[in-house]
Amino acid sequence: MKTKIRNTTHLDSHYLAFAFLMICAVIMLFPFIWMILSSFKTAADVYSYPPRWLPSKWNGSNYSKVFNMIPFLRYYWNSIYTTVIMTALQIGISVLAAYSLVHLRWPGQAFMATVMRSSMFVPMVVTMIPMYLLVSSLNLVDTYAGIILPQISTAFTTFLIMSYFASIPQDMIDAAKLDGCGPFRVMTRVVIPNTKGAISTAALFSFLGNWKSYTWPLIITNDEMYRTLPIGLKYLQQESSSEYQVMMAAAVMTILPVLIIFVFFEKQLVRSITLTGMKS
Amino acid sequence: MKKKDEHPEKAGSGKVRLFGKEYHTKEMLVGLLFIVPTVAFLIFTFVIPVIDVIELSFTNFSMSAGTMKNVGMDNYKDLLEGFFTAEYWEDGFGQSLRNTVVYSLLKLTLDTGLALFLAVQLDKNVPLKRFLRSTFFAPVVVPMVASSLIWIWFYDPNVGPLNQILQFLGLPASKWLYHESTSMLSILIFSLWKGVGYNIILFLAGLQNISDSYVEAARLDGASDWQLFWKIKFPLLRPITSFVIMMGIINSFKVFAEFNVMTPDGGPLGSTKLIVSYIYELAFTRGRMGRASAAALILFVIIFVLTQIQSFINAKKTIDVE
Repeated sequence: MKTKIRNTTHLDSHYLAFAFLMICAVIMLFPFIWMILSSFKTAADVYSYPPRWLPSKWNGSNYSKVFNMIPFLRYYWNSIYTTVIMTALQIGISVLAAYSLVHLRWPGQAFMATVMRSSMFVPMVVTMIPMYLLVSSLNLVDTYAGIILPQISTAFTTFLIMSYFASIPQDMIDAAKLDGCGPFRVMTRVVIPNTKGAISTAALFSFLGNWKSYTWPLIITNDEMYRTLPIGLKYLQQESSSEYQVMMAAAVMTILPVLIIFVFFEKQLVRSITLTGMKS
Repeated sequence: MKKKDEHPEKAGSGKVRLFGKEYHTKEMLVGLLFIVPTVAFLIFTFVIPVIDVIELSFTNFSMSAGTMKNVGMDNYKDLLEGFFTAEYWEDGFGQSLRNTVVYSLLKLTLDTGLALFLAVQLDKNVPLKRFLRSTFFAPVVVPMVASSLIWIWFYDPNVGPLNQILQFLGLPASKWLYHESTSMLSILIFSLWKGVGYNIILFLAGLQNISDSYVEAARLDGASDWQLFWKIKFPLLRPITSFVIMMGIINSFKVFAEFNVMTPDGGPLGSTKLIVSYIYELAFTRGRMGRASAAALILFVIIFVLTQIQSFINAKKTIDVE
């Protein structure tokens, strides 16, 4: 706990800071409030001057219009499906690799870590052209496999999980070994149960990263039915020609669930962000 | 890597010598087995594509024209030709390079500066601290494309609330995304709104890590808020500042999504066409994958050099401080 020195001059500066922060907070929140209010507006409200802050008549027709214009639920499902599988694969592969690199000994470990570290320096934009050619030669354009597999990058999550695994006391592992546990049971009975919270933090981080993925799904999907949510919304925006009230309804349905989840996971999320920052 | 030289002996655990080191056979086999999936994905998503993209960059491979011939350094020459002339920066790859550099510099300075400033304010003894922090952080977690839909409306020259506010105040309206002089700025404002919370979290964590004894000692010596920040807090935040800047460079040079959503065709007069948009259009709209591969590798070299310079400067500064 922090104990602050309080005196009058400092209190003044705190009030000033608070006023400033509140103004900034209003600016940060304004787009969300505008979005929610506007999703109930009519086209006439949108085009009226002076601007209307509240809908003239609250109606939900913009929401049903979204479903008529685009296969919105299908986009949602595509996003959930690909993100969940990508995250599960990433975390599964990373846990195995992290355990192997931290708690087991085999030749070539240092080299392996170097290759993984260098893979983090190469952004997707560098590899996406050959990857597209590979995926299309395998006839995986417009498939879930084509969306998911090329985006599996595990180096970052592996290093993150490695830092958690390294914090497990060696005594604990030695004790399990003395009890007759082999490498596999040491992992499932000692290492994973003791880092459960940490692994789920890594999973949350990886989930958010995959959820916002944009460039690759844009490249690899032509068929409307395989578009993920970000790609679907981009095309909705291009094709709906300034029907802003409808776009706001789509935005509400995309943003609101995330904000609600955010309220529950904020603490974990903040912790994982600060952890990656402090590590460097 | 952990050293585990003293393993508790177990009955029946065989050992094997490889490259002059002794390994437990079973442990080694399990270790190799567990690394197989990582190796497989590294090969298919990293090693092979990197080799391929280098090879492609020396060809005139085109999906549309169906050509595939080795052209040596031609792609690189064409992309960098006239680098030192003014016209180079007006069009094509040069323009996208200039736009990217301008965007990155502005984003990096404004985002870092604003985040640091807001974090310092939040670190003070203000009420509603948690609520305020969450408010700044919320735009970071919401989906990018969905939130850019809101801002596209804000920027609408006719029915956007921003112009309506300007009009109400008697100020001249702006064309925002639809004019070459303001399009970049418009996306920059959006990306600051969207991203500043991330760095606030990092700086705030750093500030809260600073021991109160430093702060109290400085206060007793009569240091002002201003001195306290620049003489004590800022130097102690150096590792985080450096991390923020490094991530900022990498992320702003490869930015694409917000630009592609807000200005799908590269903006008025190509004013918001960035390197990644250039590569995307060349490879996937015009099918010229050879040339696009060369552009992608140039981008990689730029990012790599910048991060190396940054970590070199940081290493030097850290030594200076000690």
